[in-house]
This record gives sequence, structure tokens and C-alpha cells, in this order.
Amino acid sequence: MPYLRAFGHHLPTRIVTNADLEIRTGRVPASIEKTSGILERRYAAENETVADLGLAAANACLANANLIANEIGLILFSSGSAERAFPGPASVLAQKLGLTTTPAIDIPVASAGSLIAIAFAADLAPRYNNILVVASEIMSRRIADTDPDTAILFGDGAGAAIVSNEASPNGLRIVDVSLSTDGNYADALQLPYGGAIQMKGLDVIIQASRKIPRSIQDLLEKNNLKPSDISLFLMHQANVNLIRKVATALEVPEDRFFRNIDRYGNTSSASLLIAASEWRAANPNPPATPVILAVFGAGFNWGSVLLTP
Amino acid sequence: MSTQAGILKVIHAVADIPNDPNPDESLFDSGTLDSFTLPDLVTGLEKEFNVKIPDADLVPERFDTVTKIEAYLDTHKS
Repeated sequence: MPYLRAFGHHLPTRIVTNADLEIRTGRVPASIEKTSGILERRYAAENETVADLGLAAANACLANANLIANEIGLILFSSGSAERAFPGPASVLAQKLGLTTTPAIDIPVASAGSLIAIAFAADLAPRYNNILVVASEIMSRRIADTDPDTAILFGDGAGAAIVSNEASPNGLRIVDVSLSTDGNYADALQLPYGGAIQMKGLDVIIQASRKIPRSIQDLLEKNNLKPSDISLFLMHQANVNLIRKVATALEVPEDRFFRNIDRYGNTSSASLLIAASEWRAANPNPPATPVILAVFGAGFNWGSVLLTP
Repeated sequence: MSTQAGILKVIHAVADIPNDPNPDESLFDSGTLDSFTLPDLVTGLEKEFNVKIPDADLVPERFDTVTKIEAYLDTHKS
């Protein structure tokens, strides 16, 4: 039975406020906050790589799990903002952890990647036991100030989780998973080679507003649960207005949705694991009810995961 | 209740700006709807008219005016 054993995260130290972005993009801070819920985000230093951020998150996660790198059976690394087409950051991270034979696989699907990696890890845990899931993004290098609607949204950061086949104190059991893809929207959110992120915001919000609640509802119904049975929703931090939409659609109070988008912006696939790590650090005891993870992103790919204490 | 009256009822329920748009006035250009209220409009239309609107039909062009919404509903009502 697979468990989420521990989380960890790392954020660059450089804080970029909405006022900083006003100088670059012309968007006034009040407008940025109203349309996204973001007050500030973090940007990586020039010499930092996606694997560097991922390593810091991985080390924090390993410490929280009381594991050493040699106990990892598999690495799954999610990033949509890696520096090169191949090899991706997974093998670089493995090398930085001192692992030279452990399989390390990239999942380059951007925002939904961390949840997809957790879903894969749940199925692979019986074979590999401790699986290190890392999601790391340096989105600040993939935006263009000439597209302020997109540029204001993104930040950099990394999160990590250990999926283990063995139960552990305070581990969260991975009960069920729902993954979906609709390639009709492949062009609606994309990062072309050598370019900046291109996003048809209207399509993204409209589809996400419908598909995320449906994914969660279907997963809960399959497991004889209702949204009101869930006290904690850990969702991709894309936009505070989207999080509110999902809460409204599920008819649950907004405060059941963990939020840190005001401080970090949209860190793409890293956001889910950063949120999970911050929630866990603040709430070390087992949750009182099942927990839902949910994401939506380029592809479109979306999905949800049901966890129980 | 006429189809247009039902559409206006849904628009009033979901729009941030309380207004009575002309049938051919762009709901997006006027600020009546935006990316966050269009999903609410569609959900409201589904309930009001007992229709199922597939995700693939959720493009702003189809719901940009009351006239376009009415035309869409006329072809999708069972």
C-alpha cells in the first residue's frame, strides 16, 4: 500500500513584489493582486538551475523522512522549465545526490507533473519502495515582460515528496488517483523552444474551472465520499480566483483550500508539493479527514489524488 | 419564461456588473462576463434550461451575446 511519507521544499531568497513587476510590465500592483491573488513571488539567482532548487527540496524531504539518498529506489522529476531538452534534471539531481545507478526519470508536463509523478509513484512503489518525487521550476526565465498577463503570474521554487511502499508515522495513504488529458487544448498553454510561455488565459480558466471540480467529485464518488467529507484540499496554486471557483463548485468553504499563492505566485508543478510541504510543517499531526490533491495544467493535463491519514 | 428572459436571469445571477445587456451587445467587451464568470454562466444555463453543455463548447465566442447564447440553446435543447 503506497504512502506519502514526507515532504520538503525550497524557495529562492530573492523576492519580487508586484511593485517590482509594475516597473517591468506596466501592470499596477492592485490589478495583479485582484486578478491573481499574488503579492510577491521568488526568482532564482542567475547561477541556480532547476536541478539545484530540486536538490535543496530533495534534501529537506529526505531529512523529514529520516532517509538517506542511498535508500531511494527511484527518482521522478517533474519540470516544465528545464534548461535543455535532454537529459532533463532528473539525472543531474541523481548525480548531485551521489546516486549513479538509481533510475531517475523526467516528467516534463509542467503544472500537473508533480501529481502525475505521485500517481506513477503510487503504482511503482511495490517495485522501488522509496520513490523521491521532485518538482522544480524556474519559470522566471520562461516569461516575457511584453506579455504582462502571463509574466505576473509565475515564480520559482521546488517541492519534493517521498512515496513509500511502507507505512510510516504520520504518512498519508494514497488511496486512489484520477488522471486525465485533453490534447484539444495543447496549444492553449505552451512553452515553445527558445520562446516564452504562451497562455490563452480564458481557455485555461474556463476549462480548469470545470475539469478540476469534476475530477475531484468523480474520485470522491468512486470512494463513497463527498466534498464536505474533506477538510483539506491541496491544489495547484495557479490563481486564487480559480481556487475560489473550485471551492464554490464543490460547495465547500474556501478555507479548506490551502493557499500560499500570495507569497510564491504560480510555481507550476512545484506549487503542489510546496503547498503540501508547508501544510505538513504547520500540521505535523495526522489530518482528521481524507485529503485531496488536485492539479491542472498544460496539455491540458489534470487530475486528483485521494489520501487518508 | 422566454429563452431570452431565462438567459438574462442567469446573467444577472453570475455577472459582477448588474446590467441588462442588449441582445447583440458583447458580454465580454462590456465587462459583464470574464474568464471567471463564463463557467458560472454555463453552469447556470445548464440548470436553467436543463441542457448539458460539453467542455469543448466552452469558447467565449459562443456565449458572447444574448443572441448567440439563445441560438446555441435552441440547437442543444432536447
